[in-house]
Amino acid sequence: MFSKGIADASNFVKGVDTSFMVILGIILFFLVAITVVMIYFVFRYRKSKNPKATQIHGSVSLEILWTVIPTALVMVMFYYGWMGYKPMKEAPDDAFEIKTIGRMWNWQFEYENGKTTDTLYVPIDRAIKLDLVALDVLHSVYIPAFRLKQDVVPGQEHMMWFIPGREGEFDLFCTEYCGLRHSYMQTSVIVMPQEKFDSWYIDTTQTVQLISDKPGALGLAIVKKNGCLACHSIDGSKLVGPTWKGLFGSKELVKTGKEKREVVVDSAYVLNSIYNPNDDIVDGYQKGLMLSYKNELTEEDIGEIIEFMKTLSEDQ
Amino acid sequence: MSEAVNQHTEVSYLEYKGRFKGLFAWIFSTDHKRIGLLYLYSMLVLFSVAALLGLAMKIELIAPGKTIMDAQTYNSFFTLHGITMIFLIVVPGLPAVFGNFFLPIMIGAKDVAFPKLNLLSWWIYIIGAFIALSAQFIGDGPPDTGWTFYAPYSFRTGTNMLPAVTGAFVLGFSSIATGINFIVTIHRMRAPGMTWMKMPLFPWALYGTSWIQVLATPIVGVTLLMIVLERTMQIGFFDPALGGDPILYQHLFWIYSHPAVYIMILPAMGVISEIIPTFARKTIFGYKAIVVSTLAIAFVGYFVWGHHMFTSGMSGTALYTFSILTFFVAIPSAIKIFNWVATLHKASIDIQTPFLWALCFLFVFMVGGLSGMVLGALSTNVHLHDTAFVVAHFHFIVFGGTGYAFFGAIHYWYPKMFGKMYDKSWANIGLAIFFTGFNILYLPMFYLGMTGMPRRYYDYVDEFHGPNIVSSLGALLMISGLIIIITNLVRSAKHGEPAVADPWKGKTLEWTVASPPSLENFEEIPTVTKHPYGYE
Repeated sequence: MFSKGIADASNFVKGVDTSFMVILGIILFFLVAITVVMIYFVFRYRKSKNPKATQIHGSVSLEILWTVIPTALVMVMFYYGWMGYKPMKEAPDDAFEIKTIGRMWNWQFEYENGKTTDTLYVPIDRAIKLDLVALDVLHSVYIPAFRLKQDVVPGQEHMMWFIPGREGEFDLFCTEYCGLRHSYMQTSVIVMPQEKFDSWYIDTTQTVQLISDKPGALGLAIVKKNGCLACHSIDGSKLVGPTWKGLFGSKELVKTGKEKREVVVDSAYVLNSIYNPNDDIVDGYQKGLMLSYKNELTEEDIGEIIEFMKTLSEDQ
Repeated sequence: MSEAVNQHTEVSYLEYKGRFKGLFAWIFSTDHKRIGLLYLYSMLVLFSVAALLGLAMKIELIAPGKTIMDAQTYNSFFTLHGITMIFLIVVPGLPAVFGNFFLPIMIGAKDVAFPKLNLLSWWIYIIGAFIALSAQFIGDGPPDTGWTFYAPYSFRTGTNMLPAVTGAFVLGFSSIATGINFIVTIHRMRAPGMTWMKMPLFPWALYGTSWIQVLATPIVGVTLLMIVLERTMQIGFFDPALGGDPILYQHLFWIYSHPAVYIMILPAMGVISEIIPTFARKTIFGYKAIVVSTLAIAFVGYFVWGHHMFTSGMSGTALYTFSILTFFVAIPSAIKIFNWVATLHKASIDIQTPFLWALCFLFVFMVGGLSGMVLGALSTNVHLHDTAFVVAHFHFIVFGGTGYAFFGAIHYWYPKMFGKMYDKSWANIGLAIFFTGFNILYLPMFYLGMTGMPRRYYDYVDEFHGPNIVSSLGALLMISGLIIIITNLVRSAKHGEPAVADPWKGKTLEWTVASPPSLENFEEIPTVTKHPYGYE
């Protein structure tokens, strides 16, 4: 609740915010009432005011009263909680499905026509179903403005669904701790009118145009799509993995097994590092953080990435 | 009569000369009081370190982007803060320190049932602590998984996980041994005439706690062992890459770790049930209701672990059941609150430091408990799960509940333990600063969670900046209060005024013996005829 304060950002906001109001109302009443009574007693019955205490051992009727009333109230809270939650589990059959892939540390969205993005684009007023896939560790999709959250579990299939009700851009955070760059594993949900979404959706020409662009542009598109830059910077700053600035063609000290050796970063080295990332670990970096991209990237893709990396070495 | 007893006919446990001298007279002592103090000193050191780690994290969060440390350091800080606070301080805390010291005295016994096992528990505790903390200094860097060790990240990280997990495993045995010891002590060693319904409420709370320790701790032990085996031998229990199930890990972890929250809070409730009647000069309202609610919490607490996993993708039936049970476990806590407040009605209240701690406890514990209602309901939980709201709720319950009770207990029993009285005005000033800082620190985190700030975030978007500044400043204030409180206590152990046997006019048995007590507590085992809080 409170977040962006839009009551119709998704179809769940109203139900969740109603539960918030009911529960917060009840608990604030009890917090204030008990605190006031407690402070009143302390002043009214302090030693100087009331030198002799009256011994009272208890009261069965009071015990029953303050067992029954809270029991009734928690049942009310449970009811609102359940009613607000229930629809989140029941996605309509005709929902527009988008495959949502979480990996350390970026999100990727795959549409049915093969379009792939790092930002979630959705049409307004249409049921959207996200099929959630985790490639490495636990992640969790959290869209505060929509009041929605679902863990993404490797090896299991989960989904979340919603009907966006307001155009605009909303935050999407990862809320299940997933390592070094957990707090940077965020993107946006962009809600568009249906017509605008349709023209965005059918526009698959983007990639074709890019090829004619400057060298390495297609490589950069592949890099962005696969989230490489979450761990490898292109401006020389040190992240989890080595920066790509000036990397291609340079000499690096790597650890192969237990042996240290010097290698020249060439096409074969880059290809192997993407397919078998734990073979050679550059000195000063950790093993086991990167997964193989054998299923995600073809050799042609890697060729394009290398073209892009070359542009980062030429600048120097 | 208490003044008469305070004329030292026997030498106190602090001055007693046994087989060993110096430090060895402490670390090889089987006296329950010395063991209690060993735990107290160990925890004081660990608590100070872990609290400073917490402060460092709050300073990091005072502004977006890097402030004083990088992300890897931040992640290992919250891991170490969590492991130290949970496994080394809050879980063992009250039973190990005040349970050891006061359980035998309060039930009229000379020691616990198994004094040597008791000493062994402390040694296991120290060994476990060393193993867990060694992860910071050896291997490939400090662990960065959070105190929950969630799979499969705990298998994927390159940092030094094994010692941390092994340490937590070893610490479990200390907990189990203490639990067994207390159960047997309470069953077998109560003074003549002390029937179950004449037993004070702190021993009752320890009784409930001990059963949870004995029955739930083995589950986490086995779970941690499974992590060790999986990491060393590649057995696929939890890692999907090896055919395991990460959700199974979460179930096993919380089957222990939720009851563990009641291991933390039940003894705290027991402490408050001792402090309130003493300073109200009045018998406790609803003694039986408090006993029954203690046992009810210990029992129902086993069946609510699933509320940590509402967004993990469990079935609708599981969600429904865990949510409703979670609400049920709140009721016995509410009953206790009502009984404590009712005890103040028509009392004659002597407002002293321990009583002020108890009052502050009631407030923060209510905030913690009531905010738990928002998390127990499904629809609101989905929005708040894994946000700063949960961190605030947890700290209100565990730091607010157990922490305040711990400081309340030490200010209450300090004259008995050390035979000295602390400076009361400094104690009250410290509490006022601490309490103010505490609320400024944690209340904004409720708001941050509701606006959507996830937890375990090293960096955040600009819209969360304002409340984070307030929260971080609160942390500085709170730590200043803590420094005053602890300095006052440490200083007074040497320079404080000598304390009489019964400075607060308490009625339970510990106030009938000398301050500090003699080695065997009682010159003659007392016979109990009255209700523990007989102020008539």
